[in-house]
Amino acid sequence: MSEPVRELTDLYRQIVLDHSRHPRHQGRPEHFNREAEGHNPLCGDKVRIYLQLQGNLLQEVAFEASGCAICLASASLMTETVHRRPLLEARASVEQFDRALSTGAGATLTGDLAALGGVSQYPSRIRCATLPWKTLLAAMDASSATVTTEQESTQR
Amino acid sequence: MSPGTTAPPLDVASIRADFPVLAQQINGHPLAYLDNAASSQRPLQVLEAIQNYYTHDHANVHRGVHSLSHRATDRYEAARETVRAFINAASVREIIFTRGTTEAINLVAFSLGQRLQAGDEILITAMEHHSNIVPWQLLCERSGAILRVAPINDAGELVLPEFMALLGQRTKLVAITHVSNALGTVNPVKVIIAAARSRGVPVLLDGAQAIPHQAVDVRDLDCDFYAFSGHKMCGPTGIGVLYGREAVLRDLPPFQSGGDMILTVSFKGTTYNELPYRFEAGTPHIAGAIGLAAAMDYLTRLGLPAIAAWEAGLLSYATGLLLQLPGLSIVGTAGDKASLVSFNIAGIHPHDLGTILDQRGVAIRAGHHCAMPVMERFGLAGTARASFAFYNTRGEIDQLLDALRLAQRMFA
Ligand SMILES: Cc1ncc(COP(=O)(O)O)c(C=O)c1O
Repeated sequence: MSEPVRELTDLYRQIVLDHSRHPRHQGRPEHFNREAEGHNPLCGDKVRIYLQLQGNLLQEVAFEASGCAICLASASLMTETVHRRPLLEARASVEQFDRALSTGAGATLTGDLAALGGVSQYPSRIRCATLPWKTLLAAMDASSATVTTEQESTQR
Repeated sequence: MSPGTTAPPLDVASIRADFPVLAQQINGHPLAYLDNAASSQRPLQVLEAIQNYYTHDHANVHRGVHSLSHRATDRYEAARETVRAFINAASVREIIFTRGTTEAINLVAFSLGQRLQAGDEILITAMEHHSNIVPWQLLCERSGAILRVAPINDAGELVLPEFMALLGQRTKLVAITHVSNALGTVNPVKVIIAAARSRGVPVLLDGAQAIPHQAVDVRDLDCDFYAFSGHKMCGPTGIGVLYGREAVLRDLPPFQSGGDMILTVSFKGTTYNELPYRFEAGTPHIAGAIGLAAAMDYLTRLGLPAIAAWEAGLLSYATGLLLQLPGLSIVGTAGDKASLVSFNIAGIHPHDLGTILDQRGVAIRAGHHCAMPVMERFGLAGTARASFAFYNTRGEIDQLLDALRLAQRMFA
């Protein structure tokens, strides 16, 4: 059975490795008014997102995570993407990212996020990359929530 | 696991010819299948037995007056006899076919559980698979019984004095794994069984990881229940066995109910069938049982002592090689260990290791191995686990090592 040729360097691009080693916006911030936790029961990855919402603006975005390189890099790149952006724009980013990965269209991602495009060729790793984003969505939607990759609904 | 003393060596090259699945390329590399603790592969002999059964002999069992049904029944019951002989049970009445280890344990939790009362205790260990934890937790919720958990030490061995201290007046069942799937630890089950039985406490052994790798003799062990799965011992998925000592099974109420497990059904009252049928409700997995028997015949022909000896060689080879890698730590270093290595490499998450290894054709498991309390005990999110079968080679372990070196270079 032939499989698509995939290169490890498509998954673990330099930017991804760099963000996984030195994540940006990592750690619980002093001020936040929204938080949410997400976990992937299949591999044990855990993400916690903290937001400081000011009006419609994501004034601060930070995370804590215990997970694989893909999960950490995705969380870090995500915070860079949505930091100081309007809520509406952040929601659109989440949707775009999720769609790109879940439809195998990782190549359509732009900017630094393009570095995560290779993940769409690794079905078992897509959840690792989308977990922080799903958790961000939960944090934007509610003041506290838990999401898991195995269940679309949020549990409160 | 301690190798047999007089086992003739295995001819692994010709054994591998029985497993066509092994002869393939994965991501451009020869497959090195090192995920046998999750599920093993099947030899042609097992596939042919299943194919033959469906091609020539299938009908429903235990109910037909026609010839084909007799033949299917004969084959199903012959499979039961093969299982009996394989584990040296006293009688086929002690062999209950289930979906697997999980269902076998659930059967005991349900049926034996009906006798439990508030304050009674069930004793397990901190190294159990979720399937030997959760059924007891649910039983405790239903009955008010209390789950006691004997601790493990830093090597991943059961702390025997603590276990003995927990084995008390209120203990109504000991349920313990024979071999740990997450750590490889082989438990001193004979000592445990002797202690429990001297207090009149029945013992269930989770044999899922033991039975593929060593000869199991339930009468020598003197356990009351022994649960295992076909798919980890070269048999089909969806079939497993609960061995139960006849004297214990005789008094247990049924588990699932429906056809086959009854003698007569009337709205005035229903009477149940004899052992083992009382515990096999509905049409069983006939082909599964036949395939499992073929797998047992296959393992018997190779010889379990020879299998154990070969695997012990793989384990020491792999352990020595892996420990050469800087930053690699092995989780589970029991003195008596089955042929698997759970490990972590500093700075690389097990999930990333799993993907990188897969890209080099090496199949391992990464994660918590359905033993989250074990991971918690060691303060880990998970481990990478390479688990070996008799068809694995040292060359495949070299391939594992090369792939791990690649991962270390990528993440350096
Ligand atoms: C020690 C142990 N117990 C129980 C099980 C459950 O087996 P199954 O999923 O076949 O029911 C496993 C399988 O992973 C196991 O390793």
